Formats: sequence, C-alpha cells, structure tokens
Amino acid sequence: MIGSAVPRKEDAALLTGRGTFVDDIHRPGLLHMVYVHSTEAHALISGIDAEEARSLPGVLGVWTARDFAGLPPRPSVPGLERGYLAGDKVHYVGEPVAVVVAADRYTAADAARAVRVAYEPLPVMATVADALAPDAVPIFAPLPGNLALEQQVTPDDVTADLEAAPNRLRARLVNQRCAGTPIEPYGVLADWAGAGPTVWATVQAPHRVRAEIAERFGLARHLVRVIAPDVGGAFGVKSSFMPELFLAPELSRRLGRPVKYVETRGEHMVHTYHGRDQVQDVEVGFDAEGRVLALDVTITVNVGGVPDPVGIGLATLTSYMLGGCYRIPKIAARFRSVVTNTTPTASYRGAGRPEASFLIERVVDLVARELGKDPADVRKVNLIQPDEMPYQTPFEGIVYDEADYPAALDLLLGELDYAGLRAEQARRLADPAAPLLGVGLSTFVEMGGFGPTPLFEQFGYLGGWESANVRLQPDGSVIVLVGTAPHGQGHQTALAQIAADQLNVPFEAISVLYGDTAVVQEGTGTMGSRGMPVAGNAVRQAAAEVAAKARTIAAHMLEADADDVVPIGDGFQVNGAPEATVTLAAVAERAFKPHLLPEGTVLGLENTAYFEPKNLSYPSGAHGCVVEIDRDTGRVSILRYVCVDDCGTVINPLTARGQIHGGVAQGIAQALYEKVTFDGDGRPLAASLEDYMVPGPLDLPPYETHHIETKSSFNPLGAKGLGEAGATAAPQAVVNAVVDALAHLGVRDVEMPCTPERVWKVMHDAS
Amino acid sequence: MIPAAFSYVRAGSVEEALDELSRHGGAARLLAGGHSLLPAMKLRRAEPGVLIDIGRLRELSYVRADGDRIAVGALTSHRTLERDPVVAEQVPLLAAAARRIGDQQVRNRGTIGGSLAHADPAADLAGAVLALDGVLVARGPSGVREIPAREFFTGRCRNALAAAELLTEIRLPAAPGRSYAFEKFSRRALDWAVVGVAAQERPGGGVAVALIGMGPTPVRATAVEEALAAGTPAAEAARLAAQGCEPPDNAVASASYRAHLAEVLVTRAMAAL
Repeated sequence: MIGSAVPRKEDAALLTGRGTFVDDIHRPGLLHMVYVHSTEAHALISGIDAEEARSLPGVLGVWTARDFAGLPPRPSVPGLERGYLAGDKVHYVGEPVAVVVAADRYTAADAARAVRVAYEPLPVMATVADALAPDAVPIFAPLPGNLALEQQVTPDDVTADLEAAPNRLRARLVNQRCAGTPIEPYGVLADWAGAGPTVWATVQAPHRVRAEIAERFGLARHLVRVIAPDVGGAFGVKSSFMPELFLAPELSRRLGRPVKYVETRGEHMVHTYHGRDQVQDVEVGFDAEGRVLALDVTITVNVGGVPDPVGIGLATLTSYMLGGCYRIPKIAARFRSVVTNTTPTASYRGAGRPEASFLIERVVDLVARELGKDPADVRKVNLIQPDEMPYQTPFEGIVYDEADYPAALDLLLGELDYAGLRAEQARRLADPAAPLLGVGLSTFVEMGGFGPTPLFEQFGYLGGWESANVRLQPDGSVIVLVGTAPHGQGHQTALAQIAADQLNVPFEAISVLYGDTAVVQEGTGTMGSRGMPVAGNAVRQAAAEVAAKARTIAAHMLEADADDVVPIGDGFQVNGAPEATVTLAAVAERAFKPHLLPEGTVLGLENTAYFEPKNLSYPSGAHGCVVEIDRDTGRVSILRYVCVDDCGTVINPLTARGQIHGGVAQGIAQALYEKVTFDGDGRPLAASLEDYMVPGPLDLPPYETHHIETKSSFNPLGAKGLGEAGATAAPQAVVNAVVDALAHLGVRDVEMPCTPERVWKVMHDAS
Repeated sequence: MIPAAFSYVRAGSVEEALDELSRHGGAARLLAGGHSLLPAMKLRRAEPGVLIDIGRLRELSYVRADGDRIAVGALTSHRTLERDPVVAEQVPLLAAAARRIGDQQVRNRGTIGGSLAHADPAADLAGAVLALDGVLVARGPSGVREIPAREFFTGRCRNALAAAELLTEIRLPAAPGRSYAFEKFSRRALDWAVVGVAAQERPGGGVAVALIGMGPTPVRATAVEEALAAGTPAAEAARLAAQGCEPPDNAVASASYRAHLAEVLVTRAMAAL
C-alpha cells in the first residue's frame, strides 16, 4: 500500500459536514467564555469596572488577573513567566484583560463589551527599532530591557574569511510577520465533572497539553483527559499555550459547569500568536565562480509583547539551516529576540526554517546577479553532492540525511524548460507591450521528523519519539492508536497504508485513532513534519511485531514451523503447500482462545511501539516559479509553479501532493499577499480577513509536482516529512522570480509581500 | 463575529415594509441579501435595533423593458443581472459589472438595490449605474420620487434616501448595441475593487466614465468625459482620470497608487470600447 494514491479515509465525513470540531461539541449546562481584549498596545491598567457586565441577565461572572493569582503561570521560559490575563499593564492590542462567562455566547459578547477598562497610556514601541531605541522603556516586566535574548549560535568568527574572499556583498532581508489563519480558529471546551477536567481543544499535542494542565492544577495525569477532535488546520499556531487552555478548566471547576471558548476570526488575528517577523543582516564572501566561502548573519526577531517560550528561541532553527543545501565552509550566526508592543510570535508552518531558506536562496541569487551569472549555475557550484551524504553542516548535530540536490535541480530545470524561459524573457524585454517575465529558483532543505528526544525535550516535550499501538480485532480487522494529533495531514489514511503492508491486511480493514489521552497511550504530537518519519515508523514497528506474532500462531494452527509459514492474500500458507492455509481472521480469533494456543502464548494480537528517530530528517527539493509582471500596475501573476520534492519515501502520492499544494499556497501567500501590520500606536491594521490578504483558490496557480525519492537512512521507512516543505520553498521561488523580472531595471530586492503597489513603486523608482 | 441584539420583522409587501420603516424610524435597517449588512453587524460596526427583512418581496425582483428605459427591481439579484437576456441586450454594462462581484454564492444572494443603498464607494454596480445615468426610484410615506444616480451617493456608505424611504427600482436608459467597458483592479480575485472604471458610450455621442474606489462616493470622471468630448486622444484624456478625486489613502492602497490605477484603467476601458 505504501506508494498508493488511495483517497483519504477522512474525507467522507469532512466533506459532507460531519466532522466534529470543538465548536460542534455540546455539553449539558454549557457556558460560554469570552475575553475582554486590550484595546491599547502599551498602558497601565488603572481600573476595571465590570459592574454593568456582571448585572446583565445570564452573566455568571467577570474575572481579572488577580482572580487567577493562585494558578501557577503558563508554560514559559524560566524567569519569563506569563500569567493568564494582563495584570497591572497591557503589552499589546488583543492581550486578554478579563474573562466573562455567560449562559450564551451573545450575552457573553455583550458583557465583554460592557466591561470598562481604564488605561494610562505608556509609550508604544511597535517596532524593533522603537523597542531598542535609547529612550525605550522596558515592556515585559521580568526583563530589564526589550532585548529578551541575544545568542551567538556558532562560536565561529568569519571576519577573516570574509576579508579573504575575492568578493563580498551585504544585504538586509525582511521576513514579514504572518498569521496562521487556519479555517478553524482556536477553541477549548472544558468540563470539570469529577476529580479532574475533560478538555476538548484545537491542539497539536494533546498529551503535552494534558501534562501542562495537570501540572497547573496539581493533578495526576490520569485525572485529566485532553481530546483534540477534528482540528481545522493548525500550522503551528495551535501549539502555543494559550491562556484559554487553562482558564476554561479553571472556570469550569469554579462554576461546576462546562465552559466553552471559541475564538472569533477578529480575535484570531490579534490574540493567537503570529509567525516569522525576522530582519536578517547578511554578509557573504564568494569567489569568482559564485562559490560561497563564508556567511555572516545577524537575525533580529520581533517576539511581540509577551515572549513565548518557543518564539523567543525560534531563530536557533533559522541559524541551523542557514547553509541551505550548499557546501558553505564557514557560517557565523547570531540572533536577537526583541520584545515589542505587538502580538507575540511563535511557530508558524516551518517555524524558523523558511526564514533560513529564504535568506540563503535570496543570497545565492544576489551573488549570481553580482557576478553576472545565471542563478542556476551559481547553485550548481555550491550544491552538496549526493556522495557527501550524510553531510555534517557547520552546526553541531545538524547532519543532513541522504538526498540528491543536483538531481532535483536538474529535474526542475528540465521541467521548466529553463533555457526556453530565458529566451522568452529576452523577447518580452524587447517588446514594451509584453508583460515582464521572471523565473525564480529555490533549491531548499529544511528540518523534518522532529525528535530525537534530546532535541525535543528543549521545547518542553516529554520526548521526541512517537508511539503506536496496533491491535487486531478478533475478526482480523485492525485498530491503530497513534500518538500524533493530525489536523489535516491525513494520518488515518497514510498510517493505515503503512500498517496494511506490515500486517498484510486490506487498507479498508484498518482504522487509525488519535487525539484522546484517555484512549491513546502516551504520545508526542503533530508538528515539525514528524508524522511519517516518526509516527509512521512507530506504526511500522508495532505492526511488524504483531505480524510476527500472528505468523507464529498461524504456524501453530498449520502445524508447521514458523519459518516455513509465509503471508499470502488474506492470511498465511505453509511454504510449498498451497492447501495448508489459514486466514488472518482465523488467526486473530485464535489469538483470543487460550486453550487452543501454545503454552505460554500471551493472549491477543497487540503491540505498542515507541519509535525514537536517530536524528532529524531533512526534506529537500527544488521549486521554480515563473511570473509575469504587468508593466502598468505592478501586478505579479504566477504563470507556472513547478515543484520537485524529495521527502524520502512517499507513503501516499495524493496526500503528499495535498501537503505540497497547501504549503506552497501559504508560501505564495507570504510572497505576494499576507502581512500582519501595526500602525505607530501598535494598532493592528490587518485584524480581519478583509485586510489580511489570505489568497483564495482563484488567486493561486495550478501546481506542477514532481518527486525524487531518496530514502533517509535515519529511519526504517526512509521518510523525511513533507508538511512544511512547500511553505519553506515557495516564498523565495516567487520573490526571486519577481526580482528576476525587474533585474534589467537594476532592482536587487523587493520586500514581501510583493503587492502590486510595492512592485509598481519599485519599477517607478528604478526607471 | 457576534452581533448585538436586534429584533426582526419580515415584510410581506412593500407597504408593510414602509409601515415598519415609519414605525421604527432611524433604529431600523432594511435587510435584502444581507451581504454587507450582516457582516457589519457581526463585527458590530452596525447595531440596528430592528431588521426589516424585505428579502422575500418577489414583487421587487424583475427586469422589464419599458420603452427606451430598462426597469430593474431593487431586489433583483446580481446573478440575475449577470444572466438576464434583457440586461444583456439593453444594458450589458450592468451585466459586466455584476459578473465581477464576489463569488457565485454572493451573486445569488446580493441584490442591486441592497448594493446601491449600502453605497460602498467601491461597489461595482454603483459604478455601472452611474455611468449609465441611471435613476433610482424611492417610495416613502409621501409617495414615489426619482433620484438621479449622480445625486444618490452622498458620502461613504451614505445615500439620499430619507429614513422612511425604500429603494424600489432602478431605471436605466437602454443602450443596445452601444459599446461599454468595465475594468476592475482588486487585490484578490473576489475582493472589492481597489479602483474600478465603468464606461458607456452615450446615446447622443460621447462617453460616460464612472470611477469606483476613488473617493467617498462613486464619481463620474468629468474631466475625462469633457476631454474626450473635445476630441482629446483617449490616452491623453485618461491622464485626467483622478482629477477632482479624493482617493482614500489606506492599507489597501495609497492615494497616489489609486490615482495611477485610475489612469491605467481608464486607458484600458477606452481601448476596450
């Protein structure tokens, strides 16, 4: 089954409106929780008047920070503890200031509006420059200033290498702030009915959430049940520990009734954490062929008003991936995480790696431009060769697994008809009536398969492994319980394919369950492209052990030696004796008949495996984008988008293509459409989908997808992961194409998003 | 996304709707397709005390040829305008504009009267009706009156209707066989126009040019029209597109970019005529 493009098991329910999302769940006596959000970016709270709100019929109460003073703080970096609601001051527009609970959502919304918060304004520092200015005041109280973290990632000093290089150039690249905007925003329903709460939540790691809730409430973990039902997209933004994960259970406990919180879209845009928001200062040394000899990078990250424990250190991952798929002998990297009066930033699809890929791919194009060489040729002289794999990067522990980067680029150039495009580009340049043509390349590599444990522990997880329990039912059908918690990835389908191959059971006879800590053994979760490389291997391992046991039982039933029994169609057969067969269903039933089993056989056909990857995996590939630019309006239209991806073993080409489409769509969105912006007072300017430009299907091109399958030796399946590859590859493929189309005007860079107006201004200023 | 409390009445006839309007005065808003009003209510940008639902008044959904005028009922959907044979033959500019509104679901629900009365300065149909020299028919307690489109839009999302008046019909001079153009520039395929141009060859010669997204109301590009009438070449006349306009300067687009777009789109519209 591995490699088959079978349709998704998930789709029948989801496409007919029968999915179960948090907001679909109802409990008797359900109450509704709504936040009062800060309207100010930086201010002292001088008073909160909730009298009117409390007096509205149907309102059960209004609570502020001091009402939760007894609750240990949210998961935070030690020393940077965060509470649940703003206390004495607010740090950004949208920060929760108070929480209202009412019998229905309308009353709760009315009551939230009736709460009067008095603010004493403080100076607003909505940008990194303002937050680091000499007259800046500290925003986040535990920190003496707004520089939350300054880290030298490598001890290398490359000054001498840069000075020795025949050529050098500098660039400042901006990776703008984006919002995750899953179709389903954040939601929590908590019902503390007995000794502990049951919490339905739109999360990516239910066991981790269970651990954090249990710890805050001083409960043993078995008393807390966390369920991630159908989750309508997450993209990393549902991995942050939002206050509602703890406030809803606490309020349910206090009120003795279930409490639901479901974010509105407007809240999502300011309350749920954003991603990216890096400024990168780069200096690169290179020789006459374009070989990159040394790279020096300083990354400045805007972490927002209340630093998130993941967001504050995310540029570590950016630093690790700075070399891209190139043999760069010397890399020096450092980053600064800066607090500003904006919504916090944390993980968003790719979480730190797209920023690195964008940087190095833009730099390689700048090098090519500087030397007057073709960007494809400069890539070729720098690519790590297949015989150098596994490749030790300049960063300790960062070792790329098997891949053939040159083959991916060659396949891409062939599919693009690169030479033909260059000829067409020249022809159009000579014709003032023709729109400009640009071609952009992106040879990328990123990290997937998050684990192993020593790395993943640093993000607060119990481990970097994943778990799977494979259990044959007495009729030979199979239930798989897996520790991941997917939100669109199609694990019911792909993991069933893996189990089917091991067990020799039809795909249709396998159900994959996940997302409920009361049902699933300890698990880690879904993030960091770890589904197939980690959970896939756990399923494979658990199923293999069950298959081996089934074979011994079959051998017993066939009165043969286990070594002589081979799997056939729907069961087993004695090698060379076609009449001596037994079906798997019969074997499965036999597994529950102790008196008919060999002495000492453990009852049932079931196994739980925990798979720990040897290392991270490194999905890679080459993407190419062809754009057309309207000379009059500056509008960029994508004519073609061609993907060559190497995610190792492809489990299901259909779902793999879906992952690429979605990732590339978000990458194109970043390149051309989306940006979270604030005015000088820290007020969000893109706080709705009217202003935050999520592109729709009509705005996006068809994608041409191709695969190279270089199996990773880091895990038995050979899979590398694919969930973040598209979002990692696409922004620079598009921007390189835009800059390429304008290069004849002397244009060197166009900042994202390359909106029509921005492109028009660049053209206007250049000509 | 949670609207404030409101009461709801469904009007069974135009008379009932007028009675309800008179009874509730300024507290009431008329609900037609609901595609502008309901989102505004969910965002609490609008908090009407009463919604008078006129969406089922089928008597206001029609397209009729009436001599040299075409009469369009206020509750005619965008989708109908897009497909109606009379519209296609007599006022094809209206169909061209309707086709560019949102997606098909929106066009099935949205109505011409609702769109015009909402008076969004970037509304596609407003540009078309303005370029067509349409006349809007209002019914109120004191009877029926006609308001020329040029006088109907009084400000951003403001119109010339009195509180107790209901827009019932749009009358458009038939323009069979005369050329027209509708050019729209939007950030995303389904977005409102950043800037749009509706152009219509007039019966007596000359061209009417209306702009959307170039000020607090849709406007006629008078300077362009006059220049064209004086025989100025189209490309040169287009340079006057933004003259007299006060385009918004906001996160969607700067005022100067809008002015540039107006010129580009007028040039394109002239070329398409």
